[in-house]
Amino acid sequence: MISLKINGASHDLDLDGDMPLLWAVRDILNMTGTKYGCGIGQCGACTVHLDGQPVRSCQTPVSAATGHDITTIEGIHGKVAEAVQAAWRDLDVVQCGYCQSGQIMSAVGLLTQTPKPTDDDINGAMDGNVCRCATYGRIRAAIHQASTKLV
Amino acid sequence: MYAKTTESLLPTLPAETPQASRRTVLRGSAAGGLVLGLTLVSGRGFAADGSPGGGKAVTLASNTAPPEPNAFVRIAPDNTVTVIVKHLDMGQGNTTGLPTIVAEELDADWSQIRFEFAPADVKLYANLAFGVQGTGGSTAINNSWDQLRKAGAAARAMLVQAAVDAWKVPADEIVVSKGVLTHKSGKRATFGDLAEAAGKEPVPDDVKLKNPKDFTLIGTKIHRIDYVVKTDGSAKYALDVRRPNMLTAIMSRPPRFGGGVKSVDDKDARAVPGVVNVVVVPQGVAVLAENTYAARKGREALKIVWNDAGEARSSADMLADYRKAAQTQGAVAAKKGSAEDALTSSGKVVEVEFTFPFLAHAPMEPLNCTVEKAADGSYDFFAGSQFQTIEQMVAAKYLGTTPDKVRIHTMWAGGSFGRRATPDGDYFGEAAAIMSKTDGKRPVHLVYTREDEMTGGRYRPMFYHKIRAALDPKGGIAAWQHRLVGTSFMKGTAFAPVMVKNGVDSTAVEGVSDMPYAIPNLLVDWHDAPTPITTLWWRSVGHSHTAQAVEVMVDELAHAAGQDPVAFRLAMLKDHPRHAGVLKLAAEKANFGQKLAAGKGRGVAVHESFNTVVAMVADVTVTGAEVKVDRVVVAVDCGIPINPDVIKAQMEGGVGYGLGAALRNQITFKNGEVEQSNFDTYLPLRMSDMPVVEVYIMPSMEKPTGVGEPGVPPVAPAVSNAIFAATGKRLRSLPFDFDSLKGA
Ligand code: FES
Ligand code: FES
Repeated sequence: MISLKINGASHDLDLDGDMPLLWAVRDILNMTGTKYGCGIGQCGACTVHLDGQPVRSCQTPVSAATGHDITTIEGIHGKVAEAVQAAWRDLDVVQCGYCQSGQIMSAVGLLTQTPKPTDDDINGAMDGNVCRCATYGRIRAAIHQASTKLV
Repeated sequence: MYAKTTESLLPTLPAETPQASRRTVLRGSAAGGLVLGLTLVSGRGFAADGSPGGGKAVTLASNTAPPEPNAFVRIAPDNTVTVIVKHLDMGQGNTTGLPTIVAEELDADWSQIRFEFAPADVKLYANLAFGVQGTGGSTAINNSWDQLRKAGAAARAMLVQAAVDAWKVPADEIVVSKGVLTHKSGKRATFGDLAEAAGKEPVPDDVKLKNPKDFTLIGTKIHRIDYVVKTDGSAKYALDVRRPNMLTAIMSRPPRFGGGVKSVDDKDARAVPGVVNVVVVPQGVAVLAENTYAARKGREALKIVWNDAGEARSSADMLADYRKAAQTQGAVAAKKGSAEDALTSSGKVVEVEFTFPFLAHAPMEPLNCTVEKAADGSYDFFAGSQFQTIEQMVAAKYLGTTPDKVRIHTMWAGGSFGRRATPDGDYFGEAAAIMSKTDGKRPVHLVYTREDEMTGGRYRPMFYHKIRAALDPKGGIAAWQHRLVGTSFMKGTAFAPVMVKNGVDSTAVEGVSDMPYAIPNLLVDWHDAPTPITTLWWRSVGHSHTAQAVEVMVDELAHAAGQDPVAFRLAMLKDHPRHAGVLKLAAEKANFGQKLAAGKGRGVAVHESFNTVVAMVADVTVTGAEVKVDRVVVAVDCGIPINPDVIKAQMEGGVGYGLGAALRNQITFKNGEVEQSNFDTYLPLRMSDMPVVEVYIMPSMEKPTGVGEPGVPPVAPAVSNAIFAATGKRLRSLPFDFDSLKGA
């Protein structure tokens, strides 16, 4: 039995401990806000928080996620998350939107650590999140805008 | 994705569905039939909150539910206006733009607008540029413009008539604004109040459209309709479809294009926990399992012997073959004067070659498709469907049924860039083939892994260009001879009768054969390079390589002539005011011609695709073999700008998509097998690569044209020309060979 605490709710699941958290969330719990993009830690679409830290759920076996607080896009809340989502909406960041759950999870992680990031900080925190629609300029602007609500 | 045409692309369309008579009643009406006041949320099971599924479970239509007789707009007593969108939205924003057109003519308030993706129904929802239902060629807005304006205006007229009947006042005394009808007597009604009565009014034959100068929504800032559902994880993409009891299928496909299965040992695969079935289909071997993880494990355990038929060449072999083919003249695509004579008599001929690699589309959401069999033997498909009519036909063929028994539920698509639209409905066919090999009791969700998407074909074909040109001593270009070698992906498809004329595939030569410059002697010819490797349009199609060849060559000739690259172009664009307009605008905004510091360069390009003209000025900083693109200034003429911010976003995205490919993307083959498999080997553009993009939109009163693709073509040549300005070195071929800058 694998016990996962996701967005505050506990789930006891009969899973292979090697199953990536991504597939447990998407296929077993049917929480589909977290996306699959590459499966090898190269795109960030699958980003979730483990105890508040962004991690790639495709690279995190469920056995390593037990005992931690897991947060997905469906469960984010609080001042930073609200500022990020509001800025994303204000600037109409999304295009196809498929990468954006992961982008938002990474951005919330960044702003939680570094409320006033520089462009270099943004490159460092966000370079692992691919957007094939190339919404990068707006993501950068939205992070700066959200930052103004936090400092 | 292909050139605009008004001819039907498929000579034979699927059998007529049985409800034709209901539509016949409304034939001749502007919108193909409108019914207002219909209260059902949807016979197709999409929630009315503007997102398919709306974050809730998708429920299917009962098989006896009548299709909706209204084509594009539905006004409900709860005062919502639902616009039916016949196109796929893969990020380009047409689920915002198309409803905006309806809302404008309807005088609705934007807050009451919802949308639904249309079902597959070629009679009602054909792309008027194709003759079949489908999305591509940057046509969504353009082909819908008149259709949706009339739909909105007709609905408005019916609401007004309902008010006339109720209030007994003349129609011209009724004012409609922001979803409310008022009369000077103090009478007032919302659309919702009148919805039911309006639904009983006849659909007007002739409606008056607004003068564009009176537009109140078009041209203004409207948030994307999907800006909330795509920022909270609730938007449902095809990959998020979860049907009761659904199986996930993952396929093994032959490693070589044109190859096939020789034998399969599936014993170990079937023993993997969660694996339910293994089926062999014409396209490969599919493992069906309870979830993606088990399906992947199952596939790893398959033992397949492939036959080694098919393409066995490596990329270098192919390029050598293309170069050889280019020694003789191919099928003539354009001819003016005599390029050969002019080149022979000219003193100085500039001769260059360009090579372009195979490219993967790599949309963020890998391909996938769910199919479910209904009790009556018909089928429901869920996908980011881009070519509904073709997909219905292909699926029906594999399932031994007729296209009308194939319902398609279009979901949000996580990008496409051309990949989801194939002339043979490839992945729909795979899903249907797999379903046909099962007992049909459980829904099947065929999913591609990223590796499947990258190794599975449908690449932008590799191209070779050879150009010989000569300057005219009196100014301009005297002669231009341009030979292309590359694979036609149109030949042999249902689109060939329209797209391949006189042996020339227009999608291979577009952008060269119709170049805007006034050149008296021009010869463009093309050799097809057949290969079993499956190729396909890729965001901007032929323009994805022709713009680079033409715009870099023009730049070279400008320098050879000792002229300013903008002035040199303008002199040859006297008959093309839209080109000249955006070129001047971009040059002015970017301060083209300004002296720059050492190591910096500024380059320009202008290109028309899909009836939209885009000019770009790129700024680069070159340090040794490192190139950083700092800024790209874009000027675009796309007719009446419906949603300026969406246009800007598409230009930004076009710059990023084209730049990523130009900087480092290529699919290469070794002995017929693809060498790249994921984002660790096919390196996508990332945040730190993205230049600042400034977009300027030309004011226009012309019919709007597309913006999904035209932002791609000019970026590579603008950057290439900027690198030349900085270093004196020409990087012609793509992806750029930065190593050649060493020691510059
Ligand atoms: S899916 Fe996990 S990083 Fe791409
Ligand atoms: S918005 Fe499409 S991949 Fe990022």
